[in-house]
Formats: sequence, structure tokens, C-alpha cells
Amino acid sequence: MQNKVYHRIEQITGNVIVVKADDVIAGELAQVDSAVGVSLAQVIRLENENVFLQVFAGGRGIGTDAKVKFLGRTMQIPFSENLLGRVFTGSGEPRDNGPEIKENMIEIGGPSVNPAKRIIPRNMVRTGIPMIDVFNTLVESQKLPIFSVAGEPYNDLLAQIALQAEVDVIILGGMGLKHDDYLFFRDMLDESGALSRTVMFVHTASDPTVECLLVPDVSLAVAEQYAQQDKRVLVLLTDMTNFADSMKEVAITMEQIPSNRGYPGDLYSQLAARYEKAVDFEGSGSITLLAVTTMPGDDVTHPVPDNTGYITEGQFYLKNGRIEPFGSLSRLKQQVNDRTREDHRVIMDTMIQLYANYKETLEKQSMGFRMSDWDSKLLKYGEKFEASMMDISVNTPLEEALDNGWKILADCFEPAETGIQSKYTDKFWPKA
Amino acid sequence: MSENIGKIIGVNGNLLKVEFEKPVIQNEVAYACVGAGDLKLKAEVIRVRGNSAELQVFEDTVGLKVGDPVEFTGELLSVELGPGLLTQVFDGLQNPLPRLAEECGFFLQRGKYLDPLPRDTKWAYTPKLNVGDTVVAGDTIGTIPEGMFDHRVMVPFNVRGKWTVESLKPAGEYTVEEVVAVLKDDKGNTRECQIMQIWPVKMPIKCYAERLRPTESMASGMRTIDTFFPVAKGGTFCVPGPFGAGKTVLQQIMSRHAEVDIVIIAACGERAGEVVETLREFPELTDPRTGKSLMERTLIICNTSSMPVAAREASVYTGVTLAEYYRQMGLDVLLLADSTSRWAQALREMSGRLEEIPGEEAFPAYLESVIASFYERGGVVKLNNGETGSVTIGGTVSPAGGNFEEPVTQATLKVVGAFHGLSRARSDARRYPAIDPLDSWSKYPSVVELDKVAKARKMLRDGSEVGQMMKVVGEEGTSIDDFIQYMKSEYIDATYLQQNAFVETDAANTVERQKYVFDRLLKLIDTKMKFGDQGQARSFFQQLTQTCRDWNNSEFQSDEFKKIEEQITKALAEVSDYAE
Repeated sequence: MQNKVYHRIEQITGNVIVVKADDVIAGELAQVDSAVGVSLAQVIRLENENVFLQVFAGGRGIGTDAKVKFLGRTMQIPFSENLLGRVFTGSGEPRDNGPEIKENMIEIGGPSVNPAKRIIPRNMVRTGIPMIDVFNTLVESQKLPIFSVAGEPYNDLLAQIALQAEVDVIILGGMGLKHDDYLFFRDMLDESGALSRTVMFVHTASDPTVECLLVPDVSLAVAEQYAQQDKRVLVLLTDMTNFADSMKEVAITMEQIPSNRGYPGDLYSQLAARYEKAVDFEGSGSITLLAVTTMPGDDVTHPVPDNTGYITEGQFYLKNGRIEPFGSLSRLKQQVNDRTREDHRVIMDTMIQLYANYKETLEKQSMGFRMSDWDSKLLKYGEKFEASMMDISVNTPLEEALDNGWKILADCFEPAETGIQSKYTDKFWPKA
Repeated sequence: MSENIGKIIGVNGNLLKVEFEKPVIQNEVAYACVGAGDLKLKAEVIRVRGNSAELQVFEDTVGLKVGDPVEFTGELLSVELGPGLLTQVFDGLQNPLPRLAEECGFFLQRGKYLDPLPRDTKWAYTPKLNVGDTVVAGDTIGTIPEGMFDHRVMVPFNVRGKWTVESLKPAGEYTVEEVVAVLKDDKGNTRECQIMQIWPVKMPIKCYAERLRPTESMASGMRTIDTFFPVAKGGTFCVPGPFGAGKTVLQQIMSRHAEVDIVIIAACGERAGEVVETLREFPELTDPRTGKSLMERTLIICNTSSMPVAAREASVYTGVTLAEYYRQMGLDVLLLADSTSRWAQALREMSGRLEEIPGEEAFPAYLESVIASFYERGGVVKLNNGETGSVTIGGTVSPAGGNFEEPVTQATLKVVGAFHGLSRARSDARRYPAIDPLDSWSKYPSVVELDKVAKARKMLRDGSEVGQMMKVVGEEGTSIDDFIQYMKSEYIDATYLQQNAFVETDAANTVERQKYVFDRLLKLIDTKMKFGDQGQARSFFQQLTQTCRDWNNSEFQSDEFKKIEEQITKALAEVSDYAE
């Protein structure tokens, strides 16, 4: 009775089909066999004897006589060491030409970590990018989005972080990726030898929408397993806006009442459930999460970046090929940047404040006002800062970047003008 | 109670449709049994139509199926009140998280509910009544020392009318379930009183003589708040702000330094990491007022964003009910809810699933009244024995897109007594706390005299106007007097409004220090100054600001403090214009 096959589809809307069946559990998986092939489907709603199923491969081509077989289990994904170096689809099928893996199946979308078991993050993740290491330090178990707009090199940045970051395992989840971008990631990781410590779950723009929804869950489920094996895992997701758009598509199909710009009312909770998987297991490994979130129209108040910002521990704001010092923020940096080098915080605060002043001066300059002595100093400073600190394509250790910061300050200002406490200027100010 | 069992007929996310035969009660608690087995998921009835009820489940509903049984309990969603609450960490349904972690490990397990109050702990109880005394609800039966407080065992709040004490337990060591008193009314009914009692979270506790107007200010240690936008004991305030503006840091500072007896932190739908900081750091920190660990006066309700949505709504009510309970003991309690927007969103999610007609931004139409009745549970009250107790409520609001024109912010502003609006511009400029000094307001009395505050606010406003003007006409188009005014307002901002949360001496200031420093600041505002040109004025103020920051970082009335103060006085004298 477990694997009874149902033949009559009552309703087909978008990717959702309805069959009449009994003894079906919420969240159960089913196999849908139709003219276009076999696909998995998941139960998303029960109403009397009506069962609503979300078909992973989409509703196109499904006939009213398609065969639906319930599998008696929820969505699972294999987990073993053999995953490393491999590429899979959102539903766990191999995307490279390697063999299928069926061993050690684990549940996805498991329960959340007990807050009482969490610990205060304490380890910095070095990336070699000064705008991150110095100004917005990435911390183990942190969740950070990269806010950006279409056309910005966010995938390049993600790939570079993957190559340079000091972690054990990298999980890359691609949602709605252009096929070119997928190949770019694969080739770049392959060339640098980083592929052997990477697992990729990729949904490209041409794949069925529903598979996109699964990518974060499978990526994070696998990451959780590695983390519990004492591995420091870095999960890279791109692009969460595509994920949210897929959710919107399904919600509208299900005739849910939309809240903001058509997104479902539970957008915040759905995103949070994924982002909150970032964790540092006491006595074991950790999950750090970086996720690209493209902002339609560069609008940070768009529901997706807006809700994301409330969930994550800061954000990197990628604009004009640079990580913007304003708007970018790592909320956890305070946990680690007092233990790197004593001048770290001073350099971080001072350089940003002066850069803000520089921006004001630029505005005045563009309006044709006379430049005071102070203004010209700021202009000089701003240019130097942009040229040597804001470049994201470098690989500079933190200490070197700090020294460089003092050099720039000394080139442009007198110690008192920087507002730095004298105990630091006495020690670190470069001697002429 | 007769067994009341229903049957699931629909599952939609965390909403269940259940067919029932015997009567059910709106908002009663029920348990859905997964596959008719032992795994039971807690749920609450939220709508009844004909013979089907709709229930919101406080857990993930995966695994439930049509036909599974649902057990109705006949009781409303309640919390346990008694000794042992302080220092605890509960989830929104009052499950003790540390004990859950001991049993289940790293992950939260569905359907696992533990007793909020440990049943085996014995407490040293002393009776305070005599047999034959007349009592009403809320009167003290006896006391139990809990940390630094005398925890009062009270006549259950749901007892109606006057009762006579018929028997009492002598002093001794008892568990929370011990019956310590038996009461009798004039009709001959008897009632047993345990040490602990149970109270439904959505009903305010009203065992007091009268409500008073909140007038005494509650020092928070934040200069901007205490001096400019104060909060009174028993008052309410809200902190709306876009993400990254520092709402949570502000609340953390408040929870550490606020001058109250007990702090209840309701982390509602926010990041788990933030709770963890409190959780791990508080036991290490000492409360400067009592010399004991900060944790001893703290209670945490923690329903973070990845935990089930329906329990999020319950968590703010659980928080305020516990606050009211301690208020009944004559204590001042501060409830910090972070963030009320997440709670409103939880309401929206449920409303959507119920297919109710949506209001603005799809929030339910009853949003305003729900928010209003929540904040109204704050207040100062005179208890029956003449003592006063207070519940101060501070809620953060996370408006979509940082736009305060949205329904949750607007509904909140209507009912609170102080508004600490955080601004993106200030936080981008790293000016913390990012409370906007021009837009924020408070209806409560400040720790310094009103006319002095008014003077400083005027200076800030004028300075900001000059600043705006300067963007258009430039520095050279601004008169030196206006420019000095601008520099003065920037100076107030940099050295008084801004506070460095990471320097211990600067993170929180006593009222005494605030008054002292503020007077000094007023002197500066009143000083007429003379400078050759704008550049000279700027470098003077830059120097002064830096000195003053060092001053803020020094211990109050220490040698260093006095030395720097002299430096400031001297610097001021040099630029003073005595021509008039």
C-alpha cells in the first residue's frame, strides 16, 4: 500500500499538480511519470483528499493521466567524501559526467541549532582582500550577503574569495546561473586546484524553477555534515534574488496573498531559515555563508535585499567593481579585530571617517566651491585610498594592509588632523 | 476533563484544518499527533468555522497527514510563574533551551517540551501570612530568596473576591509544586495555592490598586537617551531603524546599564548570534549597582528567526507576562522586544494562510489594535500593599526599506511615549548611537533641566540648518558666525551625542556625569568665540573634539579627567571673545 500509484491528475497550474490520494504526509516526495519523463515532486499542501505537489521538472508536458507514485520519505541528499570535486543539480543528480552517489542519504532542511548551543564567533576568516580583512572582517560562522547589481563582478569576487579564503571545504550553490557563469566557476576552481575541496550544486537559468528552490537547502545540509566532521566550511550562494523570485513564482501559483511587490509574506522567515544555518559548532567545525543578492535597480529597499539585511550579520556592497566602504558592514568584526593588531580598529575607523569627509569635499568640488587647504588634503587622501585599499583583485595579508594604511595617512595629514589618539600615532605613525 | 480529540483534514504550511465534535475554545492549546504516534506538536486554535477549527502549529508540520488525531487541551496558551525563572533562557513557548540542549544536543527537536520550572529544585520558603488572614489575588503568601531578590509566592492572580487563609505550610524547603496555602471563601469553597502558578500569556495581570503616570526617569547610561530623549520607568519607547543602524547594539547597552531591577530580553525573530552574545557574556559581567553577575537580573526569551514562526508571536506575550509577574513583587522591570516587526510579520503570515482580507502591505487589519494592547501592558502600578512596580517596554521596529511610513512603525508611534528613530545617514557616517537628534522625541522628563535641553537642541537644529545651507553656498559663502554655530553643533554631536560602545568608560555614563558634562557643554555653547577665518575655527574645533573624546574615555573625577577638563577650559579661554 506504501507505493500505490495514482493515475488521475485533478489540476495542473504552473509547476503545481493536484491528485486525490490518501495517507500522504506533508512534505513527502513523489515520482511523477509523464510523457516528458520522470521527475520528483514534493507535497506542499494537503486539503481533504486533495494533495498539492510541486513538480521539480515543471508542469510542462504533464498529462492528466501521468502516474504519481508516493515514495514515503521526504527530500534527501547523499553525503560522503566522494562529493568533493563534483557538480550536482538542485535535486542531487550529477551534473558532471561522474557516477551517481546514493550512499548515506541525509534529510535536507533540518531543524535549527539550539541558540543555547551557539558560541560567540571568535575566528577571523582571512581573505587577503583589504576592504574585507581591514574594514569589514569576515568571521567564521558569519552570514553575509554581497549586495550588487547585474553587471557587477560579483561572481568574480565570490570565486576569488573561494580561492583565497582559509577554509577546509567550499560548497558553491548556484541559483539561476547563466551557463557561462557556471563554467567560469568550474574552470577557475579547477585551474587553481581548489575544485578538489569544493562541492557544487548548480541550477542554471534554463533549469526548472523548482530545482532552484532546493539549491540552498541541499548546499547547507551538506555543509552541516562537513561542519560536524570538524571542517571549516564556506558556503557560497549566488544569487539569492533568483531564489526569492522562484519562491514568488510558486506562491503566486498557489494563490497566496502577496505582501510586498508580489513576494510571499513569509519571505523573511524563508530567507532566515537558510541564513541561520551559519553556525560555529562548539568543539567541531563551522559554516560561514556568503550569498550574492542582486538588487533590481540598485534599490536596497527592494524586498529581497531589505529582508536579507535584517537577517544577515552585515553586508558587502559591491558597486563600480569595488566594495563600498559605506553601506558595507561586518557586524561581527568587533569580535575579532581587537585580537589581530592593536591598531586595526583605529585604522579602520579613521580611514573610513576621512574617506567620508573626502566624499563631502568631492561634492563641494563638483559644485564649484573653493577648495580650502583641508579640502586639498582630503582630495589627495581619497585618491590614494581608492587606488591602493579598494582594489578587490589583490591578495594582501592584513598586517601589510594596515601598514599601507598608516603610510597613506602619513602621506596626506599631520597626526592631529586624523583625530587618532596620541598613543597610537606615537607608535605607528611612519617616521619621515 | 473529557478527552476531546479532532481529526486533521488539511495541512497548509503551519496551518492545520481540524474537524472536531466536542466544543473547542478560541486560542486553546492542542497537540497534533504525527502519524497518531508519540510525536505531538503544540498548536493553538486561531479560528473556528462550523465544525472545523484552524490551528497554527508552533513547529514544522512535515510528516502530518490527513486523518491524524489532534488532542485539544481546553487550556489557553499559558506560562508557568514561580522561582527559577531568572537567569533562564526560554524559547517563545517557555521551553528552557539549555536543558533542551542537554537532552537533544546541537539541534532543536520537534515536539520536545520540558517543564519551564524544574520540578525537583527545592526552595527555602518562609510564610508571611497567618491562618485566618483575609487575602485577595496577588497578595503575598510567603517569600523565597531567588538570587538577590525576595521572590514572592502570591495568591493566584485568577482568584476572584476575598478569601480567608485556612491552612499554611510552615517554613521549609519545598519544590514549586508544593501546596503552601489553602484558602476558603464565604461560600465554603476551598482553593489550594502552589508555589508556582499558571497564567495565560495573552491576558494582562491586573492585580493592583491603580495605575500611575510614569514620571520617574529610567537612566540608561546613554547620553542621547537620558538627556535628550528620556524613558520613564513604566513608560514605553520604540526604536525603529533600517538594518545596520544599530538597533540591537542599542538594546544590548540598555540591557546592561538600565537602572531597573530586572531585564527581560525577548529576542523575537532576530539573529541567533545576537542572543548568544548576551547569553555568553552576561554571566561574566558584573552589574555595577549590585556587584553581582548581570545574568542574575536577566531573563531571556529567545525565538530567533529560524525557529518556528508561530512561536514568535507567542514570545512577546510570554515576555510581557513574565515582566508583569515580577512587577507584582514591587520590582521595576524592563522588557526589550527585538523586533516587533518580526512579530507583526508572523501575524501577517498567519493572516495570509487564513485568507483574511489584507490591509496595508498585506498586514492584517487588526495589526494596530494588537500592537496598542501589547504596549499598554507597560506601566507603573500601585500594588494592593501600597508598593509600586513597573514594566517598561522598549520595542525595536525593523521597517521595510528603512521607511518609517510603513504600518508597523506608524501603529507603534501612536502608542509609545518616546521615539528613538535611528537614521541611516548617521550610521553610515559611523555616528553611534545613530539616534536622530532632530526627528526623535520623548514625552518623559529628562535628567537635566528642560530649558538646558531646549538650548542644546536649538543649537543642533541651527547647526544642521547652517550645514544644509553650506552645501548650497559653500564655506566661503557662510558667515563666520554661522560657521561657528555649525562647528558648535558638530562638536555637541561628536562629543556628547556620540558614545563609543567599545570603551568601557564611555559606553555608559551615570546621571551625575551626564549633568556635569552637559553643564560644561552649555558653557561652550554660550561662549562667544573669535576666529580669523573658517580654517582657524575648524582646526580649533578639531583639536577640541579630540581632547574631549579623551575626556569621555577617562574615569569620572579621576586625575586624568580633571587634567583634561583644565585643558578644555584653557583652550576655550584662548578663543573667547570678551569684546562685548
